[in-house]
Amino acid sequence: MAKTEILTGNYAVAYAAKLSRVQVISAYPITPQTSIVEKLDEFVESGELNAKYVRVESEHSAMAACIGAAATGARAFTATSSHGLMYMSELVWWAGLGKFPLVMAVVCRALAPPWSIWSEHNDVLAHRDSGWIIFFAEDNQEVLDLIIQSYRICEDERVLQPVMVALDAFILSHTSMPVSIPEQSDIDEYLPTPGSRRKPFILDPDDPLTHGNLTYPEYFMEIRYEIEKSMNSARRVIIEAGRRYGEITGRYYDSLVEDYRCGDADIVLVNVGSSCGDAKEAVDLLRDEGYKVGLLKLRTVRPFPFEDLRRICSGKRYIGVFDRNYSFGYGGILHCEVSSALSGIKVPIQGFIGGLGGRDITLDDYVWVFKILVDMADRGVEPKPPIWVGLRGVV
Amino acid sequence: MGGFKGGGLNMSISIRSLTLNEYLLPGNASCPGCPASIGLRMLGKALEGRYVLVIPACCSTIIEGPYPKSSYGVPVLNIAFAASPSAAAGIKAGFEVLGKGDIHVVVWAGDGGTADIGMASLSGAAERNDDIIYICYDNEAYMNTGIQRSSATPYAAWTTTTITGKSEHKKNLPMIMAAHKIPYVATASVAYPLDFVVKVRKAASIRGMKYIHLHSPCPTGWRFPSDKTVEVGRLAVQTGLWPLYEIDHGVFKLSDICKPLLDKRNRKPIEEYIKIQGRFSRISKEQLAELERYVESLWNEIALMIEKSKMSEGGC
Repeated sequence: MAKTEILTGNYAVAYAAKLSRVQVISAYPITPQTSIVEKLDEFVESGELNAKYVRVESEHSAMAACIGAAATGARAFTATSSHGLMYMSELVWWAGLGKFPLVMAVVCRALAPPWSIWSEHNDVLAHRDSGWIIFFAEDNQEVLDLIIQSYRICEDERVLQPVMVALDAFILSHTSMPVSIPEQSDIDEYLPTPGSRRKPFILDPDDPLTHGNLTYPEYFMEIRYEIEKSMNSARRVIIEAGRRYGEITGRYYDSLVEDYRCGDADIVLVNVGSSCGDAKEAVDLLRDEGYKVGLLKLRTVRPFPFEDLRRICSGKRYIGVFDRNYSFGYGGILHCEVSSALSGIKVPIQGFIGGLGGRDITLDDYVWVFKILVDMADRGVEPKPPIWVGLRGVV
Repeated sequence: MGGFKGGGLNMSISIRSLTLNEYLLPGNASCPGCPASIGLRMLGKALEGRYVLVIPACCSTIIEGPYPKSSYGVPVLNIAFAASPSAAAGIKAGFEVLGKGDIHVVVWAGDGGTADIGMASLSGAAERNDDIIYICYDNEAYMNTGIQRSSATPYAAWTTTTITGKSEHKKNLPMIMAAHKIPYVATASVAYPLDFVVKVRKAASIRGMKYIHLHSPCPTGWRFPSDKTVEVGRLAVQTGLWPLYEIDHGVFKLSDICKPLLDKRNRKPIEEYIKIQGRFSRISKEQLAELERYVESLWNEIALMIEKSKMSEGGC
C-alpha cells in the first residue's frame, strides 16, 4: 500500500531517487537544493539506499561524475539549482549531446546579480537546447512522480537522453504538502532493473568503444539528428510511462500538457510550474463569474508539446503566455516558443512576465491577467510587448 | 588486482616480459616523435588492457583519431577539459556498484588539463581518495592548441604566449599531489619506459588515488628533431631537471636511475639539455643561472625528503 507523508519538494525528490534505487549520486550543495543532497546522504549512510555517493567539490564535477557513472550503465542522479546549474552547464550539454541517460532535479532559482535565492526559470531554460528532456512540476506529488517516471523514460531504448525535473525554489522545495509514496515493489516492477542498461553504450574492456572522439563534418549532423529522433520518440515514451505509472498509482500522466478547462474556453493562458495552481484557482473563480477561460499547463518544455498546443489553442479568441523568465531584447522564452508553435493558427498571443526572483504571483495577479486577455479579446486589439505583472512604479 | 602475467611488481622487469599486445593501434594521429604515443603504448602494456581511459581535451583526443574509428584498444570516455578526475570517479563508482571494481580507471591528461583548468577537480578526487590512476603526460605547454604556456611550462621557455621566455618556474604538481596525502605519487619519463611501466603497475596494485606525472618531451612544441624525443627526455633526467621518484604512502623514494644524481657532480650540465631545444634558443646567461639555481634547490628538497622519510621509517 502506498502511504501518504507530508514532504517538502526537496524530500519528495530524495524519496523518489530512493524509490528509483539510484546507484550513483554525485552532488554539490546549493541553496535551495541542499536538503535533497542531505536527505540522500542520510538514506545512503543509514543503508536504506544502496548507492555510491561521490561528494564532489563542484557542480561541474557532479555532472562529470554522473556522466561517468552513466557510462558504466549505472543509474545516476544529481540535483542542483541556479548558479550550480550554470557552473555545471558545460557538462549538462555533454550529458545531453552524449546521450547519457540520467536524471537531475533542478530547483529553479534566479541568477545573480543581484543575489537572489528565490524562484525564476532562466536557469533551466538556458539549457533547453542541450538535449535534455525537461519537465516542470506543479506540486510535490508531481515532483516525486516525475523523478520516478524520468528513469523509465531516460532508460527507454527509444530515448536514451537525460531528464531534468524542474521545481520552483521554496514554493515547492521548502513547502510541505501531502505526498503519496508508492510501494517499493511497485516501483521495482515499473522501472528497469538498475544497472541492467547496455545502450546506447557502456564502458567495457572486453568490447572497447571510444565515446565522443573527434568527428568530422561528414558524420556530425547524423549524430545530432539521432538526438532529435530520441526527442521525438520521447513524446510517445513519456505518455506511455505516465499511463503505466497511472495504472500502478492511480495518478495518470498521459499527456505532455495538462488541459484545465480549455475545451470550451475562449481565452487560454499557457504556464509552467508551481504557479499553475493559482492560475487554476483563478480559472475557477472567473468561470463562476461567467468568463470562459482555461489554463494550459506545459508539463514538458523539451520535447515541446507542439501538437497539444496547436490542438488546444486553435479557434480561441486570445492566448496568454505567462513567463517566470526573461530573454532580454525579446521577451518571455515560453512566449517565443508558443508563438512559434502556433504559427499559421490565427490567434493573438499576449506575453506576461511575472514572478521573477521569487516575486509572489497571487490569485489576484492571475485574475488580473485573465481579465486583461478578455478585455483585449473584446476590444479586438493586437498583442502588445510583454506585460510585466506587478511591476512597481509602472501602470 | 590484475595479476600481470609478465613482470608483476618486480622492479627489474625486462622489455621481453611485456605483452606483445598493442593497445595503441597503428595509424593513430600522433605527430612524429610524439611522447604521448610512447606513454600510451607503455600504459597499455603495463595494464594489459584491463582499464578504461578518461581523456579530457588534449593531444590524445587527436591521437585517438576521428569517428567512427579509434586508435585506442581500450574503452575511452572523452570528457570536457576540466572534468576528467570527477568523470573517472563516477566511472569507478559505477563499476563498484555493478561489481566490476577490478577494472582500472585511468585518466590520461595533459599538463594544461591537470595543472591549470583541471586542478580543482583533481584536488577534489585526491581529497576524496577516489580509486583511480591519474597520469599527467606533461609536454610543458598547451600543445594541442599550438604551444601556449601552461603553469607546467619551465622557466625561460619560449611558447607562443611567452615569446621572450616564460618568467615563472614550473608548477610542482607531484608535490602538490603529495600534499594531499594520497597513497601513491610518482614521476616518470617517456625516456625510461620500463620505469614508467613499473610505476603504473605499482599504482594499479594500490587502492585509492594514484598520481603519475610523466615527463613528455614534445618535438613539435619544444622545437627539436622528432628522432630526439628519448634523448631529450633522458637529458631532462640526467641534468637533474626532472628527478624520478615515488612517494609511496608518504615515503619518498628516489628512483634507482636518479640515485647517482644526489651528488651534483654526476648531473650533466643543463646546457646539454637546453641547447638541443629551439624553445630555449634565446636563453640568457642570467636565465641559465636561474635554471641552475632551480635545479639546485630541487635537489636540496629531495635530499631533505629522503632524510625525512628515513626518519619516519626509523621511527616506526
